Amino acid sequence: MWIDPSRPADRALVTHGHADHARSGHGKVWATPQTLAIMELRYGTEMGTPIAYGDGFEERGVKVSFHPAGHVLGSAQILLEHAGERVVVTGDYKRRADPTCALFEPVPCDVLITEATFGLPVFTHPPIEGEIAKLLAALEANPDGCIAVGAYALGKAQRVIAELRLAGYHEPIYIHGAMQKMCELYEAHGVLLGELVMATGLAKGELKGKIVIAPPSALNDRWARRLPDPVTAMASGWMRVRQRARQKNVELPLVISDHADWNELTETLLELRPSETWITHGRTDALGRWCELHQLKARALDLVGREDEDEG
Amino acid sequence: MERFASLIDGLVYTRSRDTKVRLIADYLRDTPNPDRGWALAALAGTLSIATVKSTAIRAMADDRFDPALFRMSRDYVGDTAETVALMWDQLPHLSGTSPPTLGEVIDLLNNASRARAPSLLAELMDRLDADGRYALLKLASGGMRVGISARLAKTAFAQGFNLSVDDVEEVWHALRPPYAELFAWGEGKTERPDPSETAFFRPFMLAHPLDDGTVDLADYAAEWKWDGIRIQIASTGSETRLFSRGGDEVSGAFPEIAAAFKGIGVVDGELLVRGEVQGGEAASFNALQQRLGRKTVTAAMQAEYPVFVRLYDILFDGADDLRAQPWHQRRSRLEAFAATLDPARFDLSAIIEARDFDHLAAIRGGSRDAAIEGVMLKRRNAPYLAGRKVGLWYKWKREPLVADCVMMYAQRGSGKRSSYYSDYTFGCWGADGSLLPVGKAYSGFSDEELKWLDRFVRNNTIARFGPVREVEKSLVLEVAFDAVHESKRHKSGIAMRFPRISRLRRDKPAEEADRVETLKSMIG
Repeated sequence: MWIDPSRPADRALVTHGHADHARSGHGKVWATPQTLAIMELRYGTEMGTPIAYGDGFEERGVKVSFHPAGHVLGSAQILLEHAGERVVVTGDYKRRADPTCALFEPVPCDVLITEATFGLPVFTHPPIEGEIAKLLAALEANPDGCIAVGAYALGKAQRVIAELRLAGYHEPIYIHGAMQKMCELYEAHGVLLGELVMATGLAKGELKGKIVIAPPSALNDRWARRLPDPVTAMASGWMRVRQRARQKNVELPLVISDHADWNELTETLLELRPSETWITHGRTDALGRWCELHQLKARALDLVGREDEDEG
Repeated sequence: MERFASLIDGLVYTRSRDTKVRLIADYLRDTPNPDRGWALAALAGTLSIATVKSTAIRAMADDRFDPALFRMSRDYVGDTAETVALMWDQLPHLSGTSPPTLGEVIDLLNNASRARAPSLLAELMDRLDADGRYALLKLASGGMRVGISARLAKTAFAQGFNLSVDDVEEVWHALRPPYAELFAWGEGKTERPDPSETAFFRPFMLAHPLDDGTVDLADYAAEWKWDGIRIQIASTGSETRLFSRGGDEVSGAFPEIAAAFKGIGVVDGELLVRGEVQGGEAASFNALQQRLGRKTVTAAMQAEYPVFVRLYDILFDGADDLRAQPWHQRRSRLEAFAATLDPARFDLSAIIEARDFDHLAAIRGGSRDAAIEGVMLKRRNAPYLAGRKVGLWYKWKREPLVADCVMMYAQRGSGKRSSYYSDYTFGCWGADGSLLPVGKAYSGFSDEELKWLDRFVRNNTIARFGPVREVEKSLVLEVAFDAVHESKRHKSGIAMRFPRISRLRRDKPAEEADRVETLKSMIG
């Protein structure tokens, strides 16, 4: 049995729906109902057994259970229990409250297999309220243009929309065609996103003074030519580093991430104090060094196919 | 400090030149003295805080962070100041202290001793947020790197106060930060500052490359383009000062020149080393370059490389401003002026007598003097104007030499290129069939080519040494360079002058790259 296998496997436990974790073509899949729905939307029909948060099953003496990871809708940590030993695979996770998914639950364990996407001490994600306020201020300052926000179609886009609603923004939000179905899926799972309008096919004038959300790849591409004087924004944890933002021609960087930042990663380790930590993708070297400084036993686990797929 | 930080932030993310100018102009109009003057100096690159060097920032980082974590972070971010500014969030914070003003920051740092500077800087850091800390460190270490040239900063000042940028330029170099007189003039409270009592820098006239064009020698005079250091000498009689290309004062680095200059006026020329040592040996040019950065030089350094100035032009003869006069009139004034100077330290750059353009091409092709970089073409009726003006002066460099080399190592760049492997070490084949490094280049390729090179490095890495990657020896780079010299410091025995990548030879097998012997035959 595999967790988030990068190649088709007979039996797969899937933590969440991002493409570098949930691949198509597995024989049998166990995942949360939301993750199965996302996989079905992306890959067509998938054979899957839904497991709700807190639930699980037993297989050859190993108890498997799923627990909220707080990363995107349906994202889960997977707990494996065998002969009194507990192993937790975090998958991707964050500790902050997010209106689009269940809050991360710390699961006591002996071995923690943790992600480290933002595992460098330069990554502190600021409170999301401030970033949303920046976005709304830019909108007000550019009444004749629009704000084009680059955000990943699964998770980030819906979170930005939901946070805008929480901040009291109730105008229609314009979305790229690639996001429509995923937004509908979120709504079907009870995440309210307010009025969404497809940006494709509208005249330039109709988008003046509006917020448009599109996948990052569309913003520096021909698709963006339809936008009236857009201010290019990007919602990503990488926006914390200036030169990164500049390279991507971003004018309004919004440091919004669905991954744990350095403090969340390290505080989670201090809270759980596992007797051993395995660090998977991301900056395994830096988090490993931190563990060494804090006398926590850790090692890096090299995984293939976990780079550049899903940007924070 | 917060307004300055938000200005810097805005500039970092703004692509349009006009918007940058507007952001700076708005800031300069709306901010009180002396903050705005210090900000202007920081943007124009005229601010230097003697007590804070980049080593102070590193010392501060070492003091607060684990060195290994700091190094990993610095490698990722690509910029020390930004790394420290971001990592500072990990430290416990003092609350309740108000952020300092820009003027306060400058005063504190200027009055601090070098030993006290790192701890003072750390205290200021504690009072600021991440953007403020970034601005502070950039300010303190010099080099804001926000895509603003000195010219753009002056343009923004001029626009903010409805002045002509040429009028600003004329007095700029006589004024010092925080530029109170400049703002008083801008706001109409005083006349334009009159700096005629001091020896100050006037912007150089510069040349466009001739490329493949031709000119009529009836309209243009030709002279050699000398391969030294362009220099301006300004003297009021009581005070003589030397300035380099960018307007930096270098009098202290070449005291023998300042002392020997007995005229009153402003002249333009090239600083060279007398005798065989000029050009032939890279070390002599390096020696000049090294002196450029010094405040004082020893008598031994002066004796080792006797320097002199070859004069190109005259801007002022006494108080007489000649800049509006045509070149040929300035040239006769220059000849008369030069005759009064010490011939051991000053001579005239000769005019090349050629029948026509083809004849000139033949003379240029035949010049083998290593101190000659090429030919200058100057329009006979042109005034002396600041900057590069179309059609007035051309530089016609000698054809570069080229060699096919093999990429051996690559390193990440800085700043905008921090995520790219953009610095390449390349080699040629030695007599024993091994590759020997012959040079390093980080320019000459397009953005598209850089992306391709970066991918090549990542996909062909065979070993890593810290930030350096060793690559599969399979990619041939055509390297252009101005000259090749013997060098005892390099294993290959040679060093290239100004190497740059001229083409990617993806078609060429590595075995067919050039041999070190071939490069040695180009030494001349």
